[in-house]
This record gives sequence, C-alpha cells and structure tokens, in this order.
Amino acid sequence: MNPTIKVEQVNKSFSKKAVLEDVSLTIEKGQLYGLIGPSGAGKTTLVKMIVGMEKADSGTIQVLDKKMPNLAILQEIGYMAQSDALYAELTGEENLKFFASLYKLNKKDQKNRIAYAASLVNLTDDLKKRVSAYSGGMKRRLSLAIALIQDPKILILDEPTVGIDPALKISIWNELMRLKTEEDKTIIVTTHVMDEAERCDYVAMVRDGRIITSGSPAALKEQYQVTHFDEVFLKAGVKHHENPGAH
Amino acid sequence: MRIRALIKRICQQMLRDKRTLALMFVAPLLILTLMYFLFNGNNVDPKLGVVGIDESLVRILKKADIKVEKLDQAESSTVVERDLDGLLQQDNGKMELTLQNDDPTKAKGLQAKVNQAVASLAQANLIQKNPALAGMTAPQMDIDYVYGDKDTVFFDVLSPILVGFFVFFFVFIISGIGLLRERTTGTLERLMSTPIRRAEIIIAYLTGYGIFAVIQTIIVVLYAINVLDIVLVGSIFHVILINLLLALVALSLGILLSSFAASEFQMMQFIPIAVIPQVFFAGIFPLEGMAEWLQAFAKVMPMYYAGDALKGVMYRGAGLSEISGDLLALGIFAVIFITLNIFALKKYRTL
Repeated sequence: MNPTIKVEQVNKSFSKKAVLEDVSLTIEKGQLYGLIGPSGAGKTTLVKMIVGMEKADSGTIQVLDKKMPNLAILQEIGYMAQSDALYAELTGEENLKFFASLYKLNKKDQKNRIAYAASLVNLTDDLKKRVSAYSGGMKRRLSLAIALIQDPKILILDEPTVGIDPALKISIWNELMRLKTEEDKTIIVTTHVMDEAERCDYVAMVRDGRIITSGSPAALKEQYQVTHFDEVFLKAGVKHHENPGAH
Repeated sequence: MRIRALIKRICQQMLRDKRTLALMFVAPLLILTLMYFLFNGNNVDPKLGVVGIDESLVRILKKADIKVEKLDQAESSTVVERDLDGLLQQDNGKMELTLQNDDPTKAKGLQAKVNQAVASLAQANLIQKNPALAGMTAPQMDIDYVYGDKDTVFFDVLSPILVGFFVFFFVFIISGIGLLRERTTGTLERLMSTPIRRAEIIIAYLTGYGIFAVIQTIIVVLYAINVLDIVLVGSIFHVILINLLLALVALSLGILLSSFAASEFQMMQFIPIAVIPQVFFAGIFPLEGMAEWLQAFAKVMPMYYAGDALKGVMYRGAGLSEISGDLLALGIFAVIFITLNIFALKKYRTL
C-alpha cells in the first residue's frame, strides 16, 4: 500500500533564502509522525506545503495518492495552525459551526462532531462565550477542536500544545494516541518539546530547512548511543554542522 | 453551501460590531445633513460704506440687498476698522469703490451689485431726460431653466455626487478592513486549508458586505430624498441601481487593495490615494476645464461615471438609456477588480 503522505525532494525558498532543501519523507497510515526542530527550521513551511497552502519550488508532495495542492484532499486533512486563527467576535460554537459548514457534513453529523470536538478539549461549558473572552489556552483548544471537526483521516497539528496547561496537554496527547490506535488516523505534529517528540512513532529532526536525521525515538537513541532523547538532537545537529557538504 | 456559511459568518461579525454598523449607517446621514445645512445657509448681505453718494443711488443699493452705512468721510483703513465689505466714495463726479476682498467671492458679488446699481441709476437718469428712450432700453427678460429652477443651489448639484461618494467611501473602508482582518488574524490562511475555492471566498465577501452596502445605499438615498428633500427628478430605482453598482466597485476595490496592506493603518493610507482623488473627478469640478491628461485620468475613476450618472438621474432626470454607458463602465470596473481579487488570493493557495 502506498504511504499516506509522500514528500519527495522538496525545495522551497523565500526571496532567495532557502527555507527547505531537498526534503523527502514518507508517512504511513496510522502513524504519529513528529517534526522536531527549533523555530525557524522550516517545520511550518513543510506542513503548509503538505496542506497545499504553499507551493514547492521543486519536488512533489502526495497525500492519499493525490498530488497536492488538491481541494478534494483538504476534506481529509484537519489542520491546526501555529497561530490561533479564530473569529474573536463569534462564540466558540459559532466558530466550530462555521468551519464545520465548510466541509461536507450533514446537519446531524455536524452537531455530533461539534459536541465531540468541544468535549474533547473541555470547552463544552464555554461554547456560548465569545472567543474574545477566551484565555490563550482556551483558544488553542478551540483551534484543535476545529482541526478535528470534519473527522479527517489526517491530522496536521502545528505546535498544538503551546500555551496549554500540563494536565490538558496530557489529555490531548492521550486523545491523539487514541485517535491513532482506535481510529487509525495519520497524525503529524510539529514540536520543539522533546518529551512530546518521544511519544511519536517516528520523528524527523529539522534544522535549517533540512531533515538532519529521522527514525523512531528508540532507534535514534540507539543510533546516537544516548539515554536521553534531547541528546539525539544535539548530536545529530553537531554531526550535521561538521559535514562540509551541508552548507 | 460554503458561500452561505461564509456570508452568514460575515453578517454575524458585522452585527456584533455595533460601532462599525453605526459608521456605515449613521455617519453618512450625519455628514450629508451637515453638508445640507452648510450649503443651504442664507447669504449674509454685504455691508457697504458710502461717502458723498447721491440719495437715489443709495436707495437702489438698498433695494439690491446691500446694507448701506453712510459715513461722513472715510479712507481705506475705515473698511477694515468698521468691517465693511466695501466702500463707495464719490468725489467730483468720480466714483471709487474700495473692496475688502478678504473673501473674493463676496467682493466680486458686491462689485457686480454696485456696478448694476450705478448703471440702472444712469439709465433712469437718461430716461428722465429723454422719455422717448424708455422703450428702447433693456426690456424685461424672462429666464427659463432647462434643469432645476431659480431656487436651484449648488447643493442640489452636489448632493447626488455626495450620496454616491458616501456609499463608495464607507463600503470601501469596511470591506477592505474586513478582509484585511481576516488576513492579519490568520483566519484567511486557515480558510485556505479547507476545501473552499478562492472564487467562493470572493463571492461570499462581495455578497456578505454587499448586503450591508445595499441597506446603506437605500438608507442614504431615502434619507437624502425624503428628509433632506434633495432634488430627484429621475427614478429612485435608477439612483439605487447606480449606487449598488458603485458599492460593488467599492467592495471589490477595497478587498483588492487590502491585499496590499499589512495593517489597518496601511489600509487607511489608501484613502488619500484611492478615495480622495475620486471626489475631484466626480463632477463637482467641471471636467471640460481640466487639462487633457487630467481628463484622461478622470476616465479611470469609478466615481467619475457614478457621479455623472447620479447627477444625470437626480438633477436632470435622465433615463436608463442615457446612463447606460456609465453603468457599463461601472460594471467593467467591478469585473476587473473581482478578477484581480481572485488572482490576488493566489498568494495563499494556487487552487
């Protein structure tokens, strides 16, 4: 079976500055894939390309066997942006309803999905409040709920747990695990928090627009002979910089 | 379906934003009312000081709505000291008029009135000396007006343009900032990660804000005609039709220009560039007197066509066939801007 997401030799530069260089990766169905790296590494650009919001200068991106950008495939991708893109004048419920109605969902499904997504992120009691009255964490949670609204096969979450308190962070991660195992969803998470990266099935470390190393967390620890996952990143980074061909 | 969802959301947002609503619906009425009173103010009679002027001339001057102040003697400083608009002196049969000229229009008016008075006095004297001339001098003149009547004031010509301009201005600002906010808050990018098409976003924006533009247009037009009693010779439906087309142009232009603005402040910077020049070419100043290149410039201004059509319908009573050229021009502007808009969104997604 073909992989769910296939990125091949993608290059991208903004005003002559290379943001992504020769990035290739494959993500299998049902995988929880972590993109880790410092801010500015190119993680967001990469996920935006997978969603089809950025165009690659060269290389191809396939999602569910379709070349991106593709409007029909967007129905199957739930995307949570790094910044909370919400309508502050509207209530949480109106935000959910609005995004739900952009996808093909019938009235009944729409209602069920809104109730499910809201309860998942503990926002059921706050749905009638306007988003302008929400705290930073609540907005983040609402963004996540919106990403889940159309029950997509693929979830792409850009820094999903920034600004969320530890208890909720754990419950969100548990839910991601459940979505992965029970509903067989393919999930991409970008993060710079190492303990989150360690929960992924597979991680790719991104630095300066390149994937410097990738593998399952356990395999990476073994490869770099370290006990803590943080050290993998440090060692991989050093190796990358020592390589004269890298720059 | 997606378009409907987007329209519904735009309406929800607008209805929550009471101040913007007020700006859109109340502000034009306020300004229009203010302009109405400003232009319909009564003219103040000019004050003329006279020294050594014949009583018969004074009588004629008074009849011509001039406040005459008799002085024993005066010099040019008296004009300023007594705040006179002019000073008429007669010395040895020679007349001398000194004008304050702090307001050239007023000074010219006074000059004309004085000239007329002097001339009619001379004429009366002539007839008195030689009654046979009576029939030969200037006969009574009847004045007919093709448009308007003797009570027509500048505001009657100006008001159709103002109505159009307010529709243009407020729709431009509100729709432009509406889409700009969508850009700056990241929701536009978020929208692009859903299966919505670029054209759907533009259509929804045009319709969503269009609904408010329609309501605004109708309120402004009805208010101007029924409350301010602005001259309307032609059909009110034609007036509304012109304004709706103009609103569509303003909408699409506002949305388009918002893609070149990074903030609300930058959006405001488009006002002196894209909005104010429109006023100059809307027909307030006669186009014929302009330099040729300036006339060509006017032809690329949507307000030029709207102003022409509105003036035509409201003041001259033009019918649909007479304004069809203007309507077509406005339609072309709208189509161009809408197409450019769909391309401008390509920056977010190619589909």
